[in-house]
Amino acid sequence: MMRKVMTLVLGLLVWNAAQAAELNIEITRGVDNPIPIAVVPFTWGGGLPPDEDVAQTIANNLAQVGEFRPLPRANMLSLPDEEAEVFYRDWRILAQQYLVIGKINPVPGGQMVEVQWEFFDINRERKVMGEVLTGSITQLRDIAHEISDVIYEQITARRGAFSTKIMYVSAEGNIGDMTYRLHMADYDGRRSQILLESPEPIMSPAWSPDASQIAYVSFETDLPRIYIQTLATGERRQVTNFSGINSSPVWSPDGSKLAMVLSKDGSPDVYVLDLATDQLRRLTDHPRAETEPAWSRDSQSVLFSSDRTGQPQIYKVDVNGGGFPERLTFDCFYCAKGQFLPDGVNLVHIRRETRQDNTYSVAIMNVETSRVITLTDTALDESPSVAPNGSMIMFGTTYNGRGVLDAVSIDGRVKFRLPSPQGDVREPSWSPYLN
Amino acid sequence: MGTQMNTILRTTALALTIFGLAACSSTSETEDMTPVAQESQGESAAARAARLEQERLERERQEQQRREQAALNTTVFYFDFDVAEFQPSDRETLVVHARNLASNPNSRIRLEGHADERGTREYNLALGERRANSIRDFLIVNGASRNQIETVSYGEEQPAVRGQTEQAYSQNRRVEIKPAG
Repeated sequence: MMRKVMTLVLGLLVWNAAQAAELNIEITRGVDNPIPIAVVPFTWGGGLPPDEDVAQTIANNLAQVGEFRPLPRANMLSLPDEEAEVFYRDWRILAQQYLVIGKINPVPGGQMVEVQWEFFDINRERKVMGEVLTGSITQLRDIAHEISDVIYEQITARRGAFSTKIMYVSAEGNIGDMTYRLHMADYDGRRSQILLESPEPIMSPAWSPDASQIAYVSFETDLPRIYIQTLATGERRQVTNFSGINSSPVWSPDGSKLAMVLSKDGSPDVYVLDLATDQLRRLTDHPRAETEPAWSRDSQSVLFSSDRTGQPQIYKVDVNGGGFPERLTFDCFYCAKGQFLPDGVNLVHIRRETRQDNTYSVAIMNVETSRVITLTDTALDESPSVAPNGSMIMFGTTYNGRGVLDAVSIDGRVKFRLPSPQGDVREPSWSPYLN
Repeated sequence: MGTQMNTILRTTALALTIFGLAACSSTSETEDMTPVAQESQGESAAARAARLEQERLERERQEQQRREQAALNTTVFYFDFDVAEFQPSDRETLVVHARNLASNPNSRIRLEGHADERGTREYNLALGERRANSIRDFLIVNGASRNQIETVSYGEEQPAVRGQTEQAYSQNRRVEIKPAG
């Protein structure tokens, strides 16, 4: 625990980047019967209390994923900070199922703090778990996310993704005088930092599987070119300089290759760059547009969009050069930007059902049953990115004329929105697990 | 290829027709003015005919120059939804651009292709490139040299107009001709 958070914070400090305006999360839709949970304010055993309200961050996290309903503090009948002070009756009266308590104490001589927290099942009247976490006082938010991950996993049996990050692109200013920025933030849009700023467009941010590097497309030379940037040092290098489109960099899950789109041979096609040997291999060869590569989990095949039949549809091709691409989508006017959920069966994509309906929605198609679920009711969805635990999809869309980031659970029941206080935000890219 | 050649021939024929019409109308204007010219200068009939012919040619030349300048000043070309071919009404204008490049081998241009915001960003990047390429290929067929033309697609990243209306979208589906940097 200790070591992990330090690494993360080291990364954050080295950028020395300007703090950007934060996105403010709005829960737009939750489940019908969320699980009631009480997160009691953690007590502070030192002098001046820290800025970070750990219990509030935990409660917000759980509320944001829609499956939980945290108890308002004003309704609490007691405020225990250790097991001896817990009276189950107090929480049963309030119809709570779970209780989280804790205390934070400074470690003498330094900036370190100890967070002791405990987690109770009210119905069973038993302590589920308790632990002591140590970190710098500036890491209290990371600790709150870590605790949230543990609680989420204990209750849902699925790994939490609260300690993950997102990247996204913002565009601000007047037409002809725009500023484009690549940001990194907590999954909920907080603690946003600028990784890159440019007067020319920035596109397609992608994470390396170990989250140490990112790739993106920047038009800073007046041409779209692919760059790789090391997060800890900020060091960056231009990876491609082919004529035409250089776009859509995506790391293979094993980290050895970078899929990309190049139009150097006449029209956009998918290529794979071996990062160790610098060898470039062409994966598709068609005079129409082949773009938007996405890897399968086993790094053995790549999904892509192609308009070879007129409008874009999603195809799958074997990376080792085996045969003709397999078409995966048929019954839509426009199906693009496909990627598999971790189960390898459900295909997340952007879908326009018919020529007439004119809306682009996030949808999931089960490739075995061909069953399609449309998850959103916004009209201009694009750039879906799946949380590493497969529970939520974040995507870019337009709301009230502005670019916003929306998230939806894979069953469509939970939604939240990350509007930006200024400008447009777009192209969210959810990080892998960082712990 | 055959269709492409036909198109160019048709375009040329159309251009000639228009210039022909312009010539006719200026001739008749000249004839209205002849009595005044005759009295003031008393030139021979042959000299007068030669002078009028010269004036007519000069006017024609100026008119053509004006048209060409207007065509060269037209640097934004609009496209229909999800269509990569430019509009037929832009052919004449693009022919002028092509000839201008052919007669100025040192000049270079950049074709910037754009898409409206509907659909996915990376697919729109491909669409913008296809639009820029359709104009590039037409310019080359009409006399420009390949190394005079750079193409770049901005996809939906640089709209000309904000908004989610069909009007805004039609302004954003475009190719812009710019001097190459």
